[in-house]
Amino acid sequence: MIVGKSIPRIDAADKATGRTKYTDDLCAKGALVAKICHSTVTHALVKSIDTSAAEAIPGVVKVVTCFDVPEHMFPTAGHPWSTDPSHQDICDRHLLEKHVRYYGDDVAAVIAEDEIAASRAVRAIKIEYEELPFVLDPEEAIKDGAPLLHETFPNNILKHTEIKKGNLEEAVKEPGLIKFDDWFETPTVQHCHIENAICFAWEEGGRIHVTSSTQIPHITRRCVAQALGVDWGLVRIVKPFVGGGFGDKQDALYEPLCAFLTTRVGGRLVKLECQREETFANCRVRHAIRYHIISWVRKDGTLVARKVDCWSNQGAYASHGHSIIAKGMGSIPQLYPCENVEINGWTVFTNIQVGGAMRGYGMPQVTFAVESQTEDIARKLGIDPLSYRRKHVMPKGFVDGFSKNELYYDSFNETLDLGAQYIDFERKFKEYQNQTGDIRRGVGMSVFWYNTGVWPISLETSACRMVMNQDGSIQLQVGETEIGQGADTAFSQMAAETLGIPFEMVHIVSNQDTDVTPYGTGAYASRQTYAAGMAIRGCAEEFKKHILDVAYRYTRMQPYLMDIADGNIVRTTDGRVLMSLGDLSLRLLYDMEQNEHLTMEKSTQIKSNAYSFGCGFAEVEVDIPMCTVKVLKAINVHDAGTLVNPALARAQVQGGMSMAIGYALSEKMLYDPKTGKLLNGNLLDYKLSTFMDHPELEVKFVENPEPTSAYGTKALGEPPALPLAPAIRNAILNATGVPLYELPMRPHLLFKRFSEEGLI
Amino acid sequence: MSEKQYKLVTCKINGKERSAMVDVRASLTDMLRNDYSLTSVKKGCEVGECGACAVIIDGECYNSCIYLAIWADGKEIETLEGLTGENGELNDIQQAFVDETAIQCGFCSPGFIMEAESILRTGEIYTDEELRKLLSGHLCRCTGYDNILRAVKKAMNERNGKK
Repeated sequence: MIVGKSIPRIDAADKATGRTKYTDDLCAKGALVAKICHSTVTHALVKSIDTSAAEAIPGVVKVVTCFDVPEHMFPTAGHPWSTDPSHQDICDRHLLEKHVRYYGDDVAAVIAEDEIAASRAVRAIKIEYEELPFVLDPEEAIKDGAPLLHETFPNNILKHTEIKKGNLEEAVKEPGLIKFDDWFETPTVQHCHIENAICFAWEEGGRIHVTSSTQIPHITRRCVAQALGVDWGLVRIVKPFVGGGFGDKQDALYEPLCAFLTTRVGGRLVKLECQREETFANCRVRHAIRYHIISWVRKDGTLVARKVDCWSNQGAYASHGHSIIAKGMGSIPQLYPCENVEINGWTVFTNIQVGGAMRGYGMPQVTFAVESQTEDIARKLGIDPLSYRRKHVMPKGFVDGFSKNELYYDSFNETLDLGAQYIDFERKFKEYQNQTGDIRRGVGMSVFWYNTGVWPISLETSACRMVMNQDGSIQLQVGETEIGQGADTAFSQMAAETLGIPFEMVHIVSNQDTDVTPYGTGAYASRQTYAAGMAIRGCAEEFKKHILDVAYRYTRMQPYLMDIADGNIVRTTDGRVLMSLGDLSLRLLYDMEQNEHLTMEKSTQIKSNAYSFGCGFAEVEVDIPMCTVKVLKAINVHDAGTLVNPALARAQVQGGMSMAIGYALSEKMLYDPKTGKLLNGNLLDYKLSTFMDHPELEVKFVENPEPTSAYGTKALGEPPALPLAPAIRNAILNATGVPLYELPMRPHLLFKRFSEEGLI
Repeated sequence: MSEKQYKLVTCKINGKERSAMVDVRASLTDMLRNDYSLTSVKKGCEVGECGACAVIIDGECYNSCIYLAIWADGKEIETLEGLTGENGELNDIQQAFVDETAIQCGFCSPGFIMEAESILRTGEIYTDEELRKLLSGHLCRCTGYDNILRAVKKAMNERNGKK
C-alpha cells in the first residue's frame, strides 16, 4: 500500500535547498514594474487625476488611471463558472475604480522601469475626490438612507437568504422551554500567507500570458478574460509553486489588472507584486459575521426551535459574497438537528476591504457562535458539555436532504473519546469549576462539521492526464494545485497505488499551465483528495486496462490474465513477471509496425459530497488581573476518512490549529471608525500566532473510510481551523465562569468582561 | 536627489569572493536575489517582520531585507544555497526539515533553516522554550511551528551526539 504511508513530500528537498521557484523567482530581469495608486479616502467619486508629475519622473513608462480602463465589470470569485446566469458570480469590479468604495481602492497604476520610479510616480499622482459618506458596519449599512455602495444593490444587500423548517411560532409555545438569546461577534482577519500576492504578464503569439501565485489557474484565466473582454482562449495562466494561499489566492486578485497593463505597453513583461501592506489592505479577508441566535430548549437539553439572524460584512465588492455566510447557515440545523428553525442571513456591502474565501469558508465564524451557545446551554442546564454534545449532536445515520451527505459512522463519539481522553476532560472540567484566585485554569471543547467540495451547489469536476515515459514512469497532471498543503505528494501516492507502480515512478507535473494542464478548478473547499482523487483513480484504472490490452501484443497473454505490480506486467495466475512497464513502453513507442504513445486522459464529474467531522479541546490558564489567556494544551481530532499520508495530514491540522488560536486570541483587522483606514495592516501590528503563542499541538485521527470517495478520503484542508476558537472560549468559561461572545478574546475584551462580571 | 548612486560591494558569498555595483538604496535581499540569483532569500514583508529573507552575515543571522547591501562590503554572507553540498547533499538541518515534515509551502523554510544553522553553530543545547524564543523572529502560517521545532531539536541533538 502506498496510500496511507507517510512518505516525505516530494517537493521537500527542493524547498529545503531553496531550489523551488515561486513566481518572483521566475520573473525575467528587466521586467517593468507596476505599482498601484490606492485611494486615500474611503468612499468617493474620482473627479480628476493629474498624472503629469508622475509621468515626468525618469523611468516611468506609463500611467493608467480609472478613466482608461474598460467600462464593463467582471467578477473575481474563485468559483466554477455557471452556465446559468442567475448562478454566476456578481460582476461589480472595474480594473481601476472611479467610484472608490474602501480606503485603498485601486484608482490608478504606474508602469515603470524599476520599483523606485514606480513608487515615486504613485506618490506623484494627484487625485481630486468628491468624498461621500461611508459605512463600516453591516447592520448600519442595511438601514434606509445609509451610504450606498452599488446602485444595483438597494440597502447594500448583496443577498439575503432564509432557511425555514417546521413551525417555529407554534413550537416555542411549548410550556417549560428555556430560551437562550445571544449575540456573537467575529472579526475580520487576514490569511497572512508568507508569499505576498504576485503575478507577471506579457503578450506573445497574440495572447496574454500571466504567471501568478494562484490557487485557481483555470478560474483565473476566465476572470482575466472577462475583465479584459477577450476570448477565454486568448489568456494563459501559469501557476508556479505557491507560498501559501489559504483562500486569499482563490480569487482573481491582481491578475486582471496586470494582464491589462501589459496590453498598455505593447505586451512588454510587467510584474505586479503586492507589498505586505497591500496583501493586508487590498487583498481579501475573512468576513466578520455577526450572529443573533435564539434557541428554545427543553430541560433535558433538546433543541425545540432555533431562530438565527446573521449579517456578513462583505466589504466593498462581491468576491465570494453570500456563499460564505450561506455555508455556515446551512450547517446550523445539521450540526445539532432541530425541527423548527428560521435562519436569515444577509451579506452586506460596506466600505471596508473585500471579504473573500479563507480557510473554513464561513465555518469558523458559525462554529464559534453555535459551539459557544451550546456550552452555555449545557452549563445552564447543569449537563456536562461532553455528555450534552454526545446526546444532541448529529447522530449516526443522519442524512442531509440537500447534499445527500451522510454520517455513516459514529464519528462524533469516536473523535470525542480521543480528544476528551487526551485532555483528561471530564476530571479537569469538574476540578476547574468554582476556582478562586488570580490564576485559573479551564478546559473547553467544540465539535465541528465540514463538507468536502462544492457539489451540489456548484459544478464539481476534475480531469487527469497520465503519460508514460520510455522508462515506464508516468507524468501525472491534474488541475488541482499544490499550494503548500502537500497535494502533489498525495496525488502521486494515489496514482502509484492504482496503477501498481512504485511511488518514485510517478512524476507529477506540479506547476499548472492552462495551455497544458487538463481542466480542474483548483485548490479550495478541501476538495483536492476527494475530487482529484476520483479523477486520478478513474484515469489510472482506464490507463491500466489500456496498458494490459497493448501488453498482449508482446506477452501474448490475455489482458484478464495480467496485472501491473511494482512497475511490472505480471501474470496473475502464477505471479510471473512478464515484462517491465519500461520494456513495454519503450518497445511500443519505437515499434516499427504499430507504435503508440501511451497516454490516458479522463474528465470526471463528481456528483457526491462527504461530511468531515471532529472536535477540538483546549486547556487554558487565565491570568485575571492581566486579562490574558495562555493555551496550555490543545488537540484536534479529525475523522477525515482514510489518510493518504498521515504525516502530512497531521502537519495540515497543526497549521489550522495555529490559525485557529490566532483567531481565538489575537487576530483582528482594526479599522479607524473616523476614516475607514486599516490601522494594523502589517505583520508587526497584526497578531498572528508566532512560535511563542501556543503549546505543542496534538493531533489525532479516526480513519473511517468515506464510502463515496475514491481513496476513502474527505475534507482535511480547512476543518482544522474550526474548533479551537470556541474550545478556548469554553475553557475560559470553565476557568472563570465568564462567557465571552466576541473574537478575538484579547485583553481588551477580557478586561471589559471581567470588569462587568466583578472579577476585577 | 533622485540620482541613482552606485557603489562597489565586494563580499564573500557562500564561500566565494564576489563583487557587484549596487544601488546604495538596495537591501541585501535585493542584491542577493537580483545580482546573484540567490532566490532562496525570500521577500515576505521587506521590513524585518517575517524572517523569510534571513541570511548569515559573519556568523550571525540577519533579516537581509533591512540590511543595506552596501553594509555587506567586506563581509561573509551565507544563504541557504551555501548550506547545500556541492552534489546537492542536504545538510543535517535541511534533512531534518524534510524528515520531520517541517516544510509545507516552503516560503518561510529558507529563513528558518538559516536561523537554525546559526543557532546550532553555537554548540549549545537549548530547551524547547529557548528554541521557541530563538526562532520566534520567523513567521509561518502553514505548520503551526511544531514540526519546525522537532526538526531543529533533532538536528541540535544529533550535532551534539545525543539521540
